[in-house]
Parts: sequence; structure tokens; C-alpha cells
Amino acid sequence: MGHGIKAAIALAAALCGTPAFAGWEPTKPVEIVVAAGAGGASDQMARMMQAAIQKNNLMKQPIVVSLKGGASGAEALMYMKSSEGDPNKVLIAYSLIYMLPLSAKIPFNWRELTPVSVIALDQFVLWDNSGGPKTVKEFVAAAKAASAPFKMGGTGSKREDHVLTVFLEQKTGAKFSYLPYKSGGEAATQLVGNHTESNVNNPSENLEVWRAGQVRPLCVFDKERISYTSKVTDTQSWADIPTCKEEGVDVQYLMLRAMFLPGKVTAEQQAFYVELFHKVTQTAEYKDYMEKQALKPIFLTGKDMVQFLEEDDAVNKSLMTEAGFVAK
Amino acid sequence: MEAFGLLLHGFAVLLTWKTLVLMMVGLVLGIFVGVLPGLGGPNGVAILLPLTFTMDPTSAIVMLSCIYWGALFGGAITSILFNIPGEAWSVATTFDGYPMAQQGRAAEALTAAFTSSFIGSLVAVLLITFLAPMISSFALKFGPPEFFAVYLLTFCSFVGLGREAKHKTIISMSLGLLLAGIGMDTVSGNLRMTFGSSELLRGINFLVAVIGLFGISEILLTMEERLALRGHAASISLRVVLSVWKDLPRYWVTLLRSSFIGCWLGITPGGAIAASFMGYNLAKRFAKDPESFGKGRIEGVFAPETAAHASGTAALLPMLALGIPGSGTAAILLGGLMVWGLNPGPLLFIEHKDFVWGLIASMYLGNVVGLVLVLTTVPIFASILRVPFAAVAPMIVVSCAIGAYAIQNAMFDIWLMLGFGVVGYVFKKIGIPLAPFTLALVLGNRAEDAFRLSMIGAGGDLKVFWSNGLVGSITTLAIVLLFWPVIDGLLARVGLTQGSRPTPR
Repeated sequence: MGHGIKAAIALAAALCGTPAFAGWEPTKPVEIVVAAGAGGASDQMARMMQAAIQKNNLMKQPIVVSLKGGASGAEALMYMKSSEGDPNKVLIAYSLIYMLPLSAKIPFNWRELTPVSVIALDQFVLWDNSGGPKTVKEFVAAAKAASAPFKMGGTGSKREDHVLTVFLEQKTGAKFSYLPYKSGGEAATQLVGNHTESNVNNPSENLEVWRAGQVRPLCVFDKERISYTSKVTDTQSWADIPTCKEEGVDVQYLMLRAMFLPGKVTAEQQAFYVELFHKVTQTAEYKDYMEKQALKPIFLTGKDMVQFLEEDDAVNKSLMTEAGFVAK
Repeated sequence: MEAFGLLLHGFAVLLTWKTLVLMMVGLVLGIFVGVLPGLGGPNGVAILLPLTFTMDPTSAIVMLSCIYWGALFGGAITSILFNIPGEAWSVATTFDGYPMAQQGRAAEALTAAFTSSFIGSLVAVLLITFLAPMISSFALKFGPPEFFAVYLLTFCSFVGLGREAKHKTIISMSLGLLLAGIGMDTVSGNLRMTFGSSELLRGINFLVAVIGLFGISEILLTMEERLALRGHAASISLRVVLSVWKDLPRYWVTLLRSSFIGCWLGITPGGAIAASFMGYNLAKRFAKDPESFGKGRIEGVFAPETAAHASGTAALLPMLALGIPGSGTAAILLGGLMVWGLNPGPLLFIEHKDFVWGLIASMYLGNVVGLVLVLTTVPIFASILRVPFAAVAPMIVVSCAIGAYAIQNAMFDIWLMLGFGVVGYVFKKIGIPLAPFTLALVLGNRAEDAFRLSMIGAGGDLKVFWSNGLVGSITTLAIVLLFWPVIDGLLARVGLTQGSRPTPR
């Protein structure tokens, strides 16, 4: 179900009962809108920010996490779109803001929201079961030799995981059956249970099962290795994972984690949140989280952010078109 | 025994005045939240989660899990008194609980519900205590075909074992499946039946439908029949409680069966909802006089409540051991764990022993304290029924509306709830059972996804549902249950069973 948080906000709002008026500081509890299910990477990140803000007293009003993962996250996008002028809602966005309007023809455009800041870039890693092939080359060879296509678990359909699978097929010539699960956590468990041969989860989604020795990272879809060198398992750190390019599979993809306010908020309101999330990126909670979950820290705002978004949008659009996922 | 020692250590962590006070506060808050339809466990936990950020993880989780127990107990109250299930798994409790309340046996029904909740959770906690490592590896055996087989089993048990006419059950179920298809289809990534409406994007929320189907339609019916909520004889005393308890041993088979079903489905990630329905249907199936179910039979309260709470408790296990929340509330608790820097997963049991065993010990204590607390307050709740219907009805409608709105903060959902109220009224009038409809609405999507993922993985080969012992036996059992009336009849004819009761058409 997971609708709890929404009720929490309703109740909290009812208790506080002040009208929706804000100058340059929120007067009502602030809602972090998560466009994914409970326990996924977005949810984890939202909870980290909630804790960072409350523990360090970065804001007077309480902050609540609101899960709107319905319709593969489209629920959150439409919710933000319909909250025009409301400065008490911040969306924690990822690549779905580019992809959903293309694949499912959702009437949404991120340019209608107010950009606050890009706060991190998330990696994708190719994982297999620890009982499976040990390197990318062996994995590709096994996938090609298999009588039935290898099963690739992922989150959602015609989205980042699916796109990566298509490009993996194009570059290696191996065939995969892509199985869209509801969350990265489910994709992780299904890999551990040997119901799929591989997945392309974010580091945070597979971290615990990797530490338990149940899955093996084969390569990371980035130009360079992950920079964190402290040991995650007994023998390996994030930096020990080779890039896919090193292993002969030139596929790269990084995903933004960015904050947006609804459209038509004032410049003061926008400035408040830019400042707030800038402070969040200075906290120990944030730094710790970045390292633990192997995210790339980044802070972009204003013109830099818009430029980044436009370029990123173009990249995603061309990937989606090439993969054949754009709805006609 | 290692588990026993660790459990004692857990109790030692808990038994301080501070934790005991937190426990009581959590329970009272939980019961309060559980009584309001539409709120319930997940929401109660969600509301209070930020309050616990300043506590240490163990105190925080004790408080939260006590809110959870309280809400579970509280949820049974509205199911029985007003026919409004607060959680998906309370639906089956209304089947016999509400008729009992109408017959003036509300106190008896409430006592039965609370007691069986207690027994169900207790069995599940014992299971968690001693079998945790083994069980988490069992849960890993479930891939898409296995999940589908479990859902199929639930659907088939409804058709095959239900009391209602088969065609009506199937009509009702098909309508539910149809509505479950509204919204985004995870497998293809396309929208279905949304007709360009952004309100329909997220699909029909199950709780909104249930509040309308059961709560609002009941008010409509009562208004039509000019009936008061017949609760005049709801006097309660220790005697009622004791007499229910005295009869308890008579139902040990039902209690045991339901506990087993609950634990089994609870550990299967996401299977908790199916448990209460299945517990109810099996109790009915094995009863000597299945006709008396649905008319206020106490066993009809014992069976689903025991199963629901066994599964609700067992659902915490996949959350702790695998990081997969088995229920809505478990999902919120999962979020809480991560805030405190505890990452649920296979290593949690090894790296954070204090926390895990503190939590398990709090399940024992919270349950016992909760039972006492809730039983002493039964008279207060049962007396709600003595208030005139004209005064209670508007309050129920208002609290239904608040509940429906609060789920997604959407005005649209209130209209939807009223619409479902009318649907429920019509269904009751023309004798179409509501339960298969709600079941299909809850499980339809998951069953469909599981089926399609199985098909993608197996290249469209149906043999995948018999590809190993586990999935094969569940699927076969499902099909046997579906055709049970026919099989039962054949067996009787051959003389293998000593004559069976006439099977309903």
C-alpha cells in the first residue's frame, strides 16, 4: 500500500491548519515527493534528506516524505504539475522526467516545474548472481551460448534499466529477456533467488546483497570507475569494479537526482530551497550517504542546472528513440 | 539454544520504564488511529515516524511497532461494528463479525477478534524467533511463476469453496480484475483505460473502493430499511471474555490452520492480504455446516483474524531479512530503519543483533500488553452501537470521506468512494458477493504482472507453472480447489467419501 505518508501529510496539515502562504520560509510542513515505491533509491534518498534537515535544524517546519510511485512514478509528476504555485512540495526527480512523457505520452514537461538543484548523479552497475559468470566476457559468452535468452531484471518498462538492456544487446550481440519488476529491491531479490541471471541496479539497490556475497558486480556503466576506495565487502571496494568500457562493452549512462518545485513559485521561494539543499549537501548525513551508496556528489543550480537538464534531456531522448521506446 | 539466549537479551534491552511507557503510548495511539477508517497501521506509523528520529533506534522501533499492533487491534473494531474494514486484510473479518454485531453479540465478536489476533501474531513471532534464517531462504524461492501460483490459489479457493453461486462469484471477480487494470501497466509501460484523465493514472485505490463498497453501501442499506444499528444488547463484562476464551479450545483446528496459512503467506513477500481470505474460506470448507458462515458465526471471526495477524507479523521477516516489505506498514518501517542507518538485508541479523532481538522481544511484549489494553476498552467501543443510528451515520460518512481523501490527498477519491458505495448497494441488492470483487481489485494487478513476467521468462510456455515441486504443487492445488465441487461430487459417487453435502450451483 504505502499510502501512509500521504495521510500523514493530510493529518499534519490539518493539525497545523495555516493557509498556504509562504514568503521566503515555509509556514507549513514541507513534502518531499518521491516518484517511486517504498525502499527504492529515491525513497532512501528522500529519507536521508529528511533526517539531515531535521537533525541539523536546517528548517523550522517539519519535512515529510510522500510516496507517489503510482503509475511508475507518473502519479508524482502529475501531482507536481497540478500543484502550481505551491511552495511546500519538492519533487526528487530522476530520469523519468524525460522518459515517461516519451514512452507513455504523459502530458508532462519538466520545463513547467521550477528547477531547484541537481544534488547527485547515480550510477548503474551490471550485476549477476555470485554463482554465475565471474567477468563481463564470460557473462556475455554464457548469455550467447544459452539456449533460452538470459533473464535481465529491472525496474519498470521502457525506462533506464530497459534502455541499458537494449544497448547491452546491441553492443554484445547477446539476447536478454527483460523482466520489469515494480522496484529495484525486488529486482535484487529475484537475482539472489536465481530467478533472473542479471540486473542493472543502482549501487544502493544491490548494496546489501553484495555485502552478503549473494551477487557480483561485473562492470559500471560510466566513463571512469567509481571513486570510493574503502572496502564495502571483505575484499572489494566500489573502485574495484571495472567500467564496462574497460571490459569491452562501451555503454555509459548516469542518472540525475534533482530537486524541483512546482511551477509558478516566486524567486524567493526558489532561493530558499536552493539554499536549503545546498546546506543539505554540506551535512555529514549527505556525505556519508553519497559514499555508502556510491553516488557522485554534484551541486548544480540556476543556469548551470538548466543547461545540464537540456543536454541530459537530449541524450535521453536520443537513447529512447534509438531503443524504439518512443510512443507514436 | 542460541535464539533463546538472544531473545532473553532482547527482553533485557526492553525492560526499562522508558520503553514500557513508550510501548503504552504507542499502543493507545495505534488503537486510536486504527479505529478511523482509512487511516490504520501504515498511516499511523507514517505520521509518527519523524517523531522518533531523535530516539535511539531500539526505542523508536518499539514505539512504532506498538503503534502497529494497536492499529491492527483497532482495525478489527470498525470491521465488526460498522462493516468498514480499515485494512485490506480486515475485509474477511466483516463477513461474520458484522452480522454478530447486528445480533447484539458485538462484544463477543470483538473479544474473538482480539484474541485470535493475539494468537496469530504469537505463532508468527515464535516462528520468527526460531526459524528466521531458514525462512528467509524459503522466501528467495519465489519467482514470478511461484507468485502467480499463490495468487491463482487464492482466486481458485474463492470460486471453488465459496458459498455463493459460482457464476456470481466469477462475475464479481471479473469486474474487479477489470477495474484493477486501470492505470499504468508496469510490464508494457503503457497506460490503460485512463481515457486521458490524470486522476485515473494511479489506478483505483483499493482502500477507497473498500470504504465505499462496505461502509457507504451499508449506510445506504440501513437507511433504506430504517434500521437502527442493532447494538442494544452489547453489554460486556469479564464474563463474555471468559466465555469466549473457554470455547477457544474447541476451535483449535481452525486457529492452527489459520496460523499456518498466515505464516506461510506472510513470509511470501506480498502475500499477506490473501491470507485472511484463504483462512476464512478453508474454515468454511472444513466446517460441518458451511451455510452458517456469513450469518454471524464466531469461527468466521477467528479464522480470518488469526490468519491476517499471523501474516501481518510474519511479513516483517522478509522485510528484515531481505529488505522487501511484505505489507504497507512494513514498507514504512523499512523507511524508518534506513533513517536510523540500519540497512535491512541478510546482514542485519548479524550486524545489529541488539536491534533485531529488541524488536522481536517487543513483538511479544507489545502483543500481550495490547491484548490487555484492548480488552479492557471493549465496553467503550461496543457502547458506540448504543448511540442512535441517526447520530452515528453522519459521523461514519464523514470519517469514511476523511479516510478516502487522506489516502492520496485527492478530492476525486471521495467521489470514487461514493460511486463505490452505490455499486456496493446494487451488488448487495442483486446478490452479487462483494468479496471476490475486492480480492480481484487488490491482487489483480500483481497476479497479472506475475503471470506476464513468468511468460516472458519462459518464452510463453505454460509448463513453467509445473517446472519445480513448489510451483507445481501450488498450481495443482489451485486447480483442484477450483473444481472442488465437481471433484467432491465424483468422489462421493464413487463412494470414497461418505456422501457430501449438495454443492451450491
